[in-house]
Amino acid sequence: MHAVYPLVLGALLFAIGLYGVLARRNAIAVLMAIELLLNAVTLNLVSFSAILRDRYGMGQIFTLFIITIAAAETGLGLAIVLLVYRQRATADLGEQRELAEPVEPVTADELSPRNVEAEVAR
Amino acid sequence: MNLLALIASLLPALGAAATAAGGRDLRHVKFWSTAPVGAALLLTLLVAIDHGSGGASVHTYSIGTAGAFHVEIGTRVTGLSAIIAVLVAGVAVCVQVFSTTYLGGEPRYPSYAALISLFTAAMLTVVYSADLVVLLVGWEIMGACSYFLIGHYWEKPEARPASIKAFLMTKAGDVPFLFGIIALGVQAHSFQINAVLAVTGQDRLHHPAWIAFLLLCGVLGKSAQFPLHSWLPDAMAGPTPISALIHAATMVAAGIYVVALLYPVFALCQAVLIVMAIIAAITMTGAALCAFAQTDIKKILAYSTVSQLAYMLGGLAVGGRSQAIYLLLAHGAFKALLFLAAGVVIHRVGSNELSAMGGLRYRMPIAYTTMTIGLLALAGIPPFSGFFGKEAVLGAAYDATGEFAAPGKIVLIFGLITAGLTAAYSLRLWLGVFHGPFPDAPHEHEAKVEAPQAELIPLILLAVPAALLGVVVLFGTGFSNYLGGWYGEAGAAGADLWPGGLTTLLSLLFALGFGGLVFLAWRREEGADPAQALLGPVRPALVNGFYFDRLIDAAVVRPARAAARFVGFLDADVIDAYVRGSGTGARGLGTVLRRLQTGSVQFYLTCLFLGVVIMAAVYAYVGTVS
Repeated sequence: MHAVYPLVLGALLFAIGLYGVLARRNAIAVLMAIELLLNAVTLNLVSFSAILRDRYGMGQIFTLFIITIAAAETGLGLAIVLLVYRQRATADLGEQRELAEPVEPVTADELSPRNVEAEVAR
Repeated sequence: MNLLALIASLLPALGAAATAAGGRDLRHVKFWSTAPVGAALLLTLLVAIDHGSGGASVHTYSIGTAGAFHVEIGTRVTGLSAIIAVLVAGVAVCVQVFSTTYLGGEPRYPSYAALISLFTAAMLTVVYSADLVVLLVGWEIMGACSYFLIGHYWEKPEARPASIKAFLMTKAGDVPFLFGIIALGVQAHSFQINAVLAVTGQDRLHHPAWIAFLLLCGVLGKSAQFPLHSWLPDAMAGPTPISALIHAATMVAAGIYVVALLYPVFALCQAVLIVMAIIAAITMTGAALCAFAQTDIKKILAYSTVSQLAYMLGGLAVGGRSQAIYLLLAHGAFKALLFLAAGVVIHRVGSNELSAMGGLRYRMPIAYTTMTIGLLALAGIPPFSGFFGKEAVLGAAYDATGEFAAPGKIVLIFGLITAGLTAAYSLRLWLGVFHGPFPDAPHEHEAKVEAPQAELIPLILLAVPAALLGVVVLFGTGFSNYLGGWYGEAGAAGADLWPGGLTTLLSLLFALGFGGLVFLAWRREEGADPAQALLGPVRPALVNGFYFDRLIDAAVVRPARAAARFVGFLDADVIDAYVRGSGTGARGLGTVLRRLQTGSVQFYLTCLFLGVVIMAAVYAYVGTVS
């Protein structure tokens, strides 16, 4: 089999996963997209392991690790999503903005020389 | 003898320190303000008697080398300095004794007395100094002391600007004066007065006219002559004894003294003499007119000082060095007397204004008698001292020959007019204060309100020289011989001070004519101010000193303020703009970056991804290029 098929498939999977992570609002969908990203990576690892005739099977061992960690990560992620949903009755990522920096515009008055001097005096 | 002179100039300084150190203990202050100055008077008398007409006696102490100059400080005693020192110390003693009761009860009396002693020490330093740098030090200490003393009543609104004005105007003259001294010192390779005079005498002085003009600026500032004169009338905001000290012995006398001291430098160039004569002519006539119009008796006396100092400057402009110094001595005696007597009158009446006075001749007989002597001397009535001083100067102007001839004509014409004006304002002051009806209490003329003894004794002491100093002229050229020659040499054939016939006749006619006009105006309406009748519509201009302060305001004060505002603008709106701009810029940048912190995880991830893509693209591009 030509090496390009699994690599193109991996790239496609990664692209779809990236789209899902960056663009989807639903937290579950984002978690699924992350799975796609991980799977794209594992596909690449397995492919290169085969292409480069990896004697020790490092790519495959890494793949096993990634599958294990992905399972744990999904479990953890789903638990977080569940808690968020319970607290806020929504799992929409677009509305989770608590960590935003509040923007207050700097007024011209604040920068006038008189106030600067008053601050210095204080 | 030089050691005595040194001690005499240091004693008042020590007295000042002891006075200031003693706190508010009145007896301590009275002792330490009078005793050291009195001792200094004795020492100056000893120096003057011991020195005789013995040329210039110099004794210096070497204190090291500064660059090209070997620095030596010390004392230089000539007949000129010896006799001026006696005047300074004598007037200072009278002023200090007078002040013990006049200002004794006031809270700031200790600092006042200490400053007077320091002032005296500074003037004695100027007089006895052997070199020009130490002279300048004393000169500047006097400037600082006059600033403090004129501003003594700093709670009065007119005293603060008056003290600042006095300081700034004298400083405006002192800056050129400093350059003149440097020019002399550089050319003589020494700041010793003897060395400077020697170089001048050998005709090795380059640009003597420029140097003389630079020095003259300082003299005009200190002696309150024409462009820099207006600080002196304003200085009346200070206590009256200060005026006696400043006007009679220190400060204003220092300017005349320096011209007499460095006389060869001034006499080298006729242009300098003519300028001096013109300034003297403008000042003596203008100030005498202003004095005639004033209503404040201290201001009358202040303008009369300006006018009399112009007489002395005029005497110096026509080559009458010993005549001018003689007038300085006589003027020192009678002007100190007049100011102290005016202080007595002001304290009893409670006002400076002429309109609040009148008919005081029965109530204060001693002040009346002494002030009459002082005014007769001021008006130049024989045989009082002022007559001989004035006639000596006018005679010198009349007899002036050679390069002194042109200034002589100017001084003679204006001097005669001023002689008349002087008699007029003296008579007006005398009539206004002591004659006519007393404004408030017409029936209490008999009750005496004499001042305490400590104030009357200085008056009587000063009245003696004011009346009798004329005996000096009986010695023919003796006074001029005592003063010494232009270069400090002994026994130079000096001028005779005996009044000339024609000038005496003319000046007495002027005095009688102007005085008669005043008397007639006063007689026509008893108690009224003769100045009102005689001057009419020009009076407001004269009361305000020809509006000279407005001219200064327009020519100097407003441009200086505008420049200050411009500098303030440069500081606040140009230089500070960069400082503020850095702050504003940082905050603005922060505001922009804050907008990136949206809180959306997906937005952050997108940025991260884009960053990785860009980095990869750059890496790939760089990889392909290299």
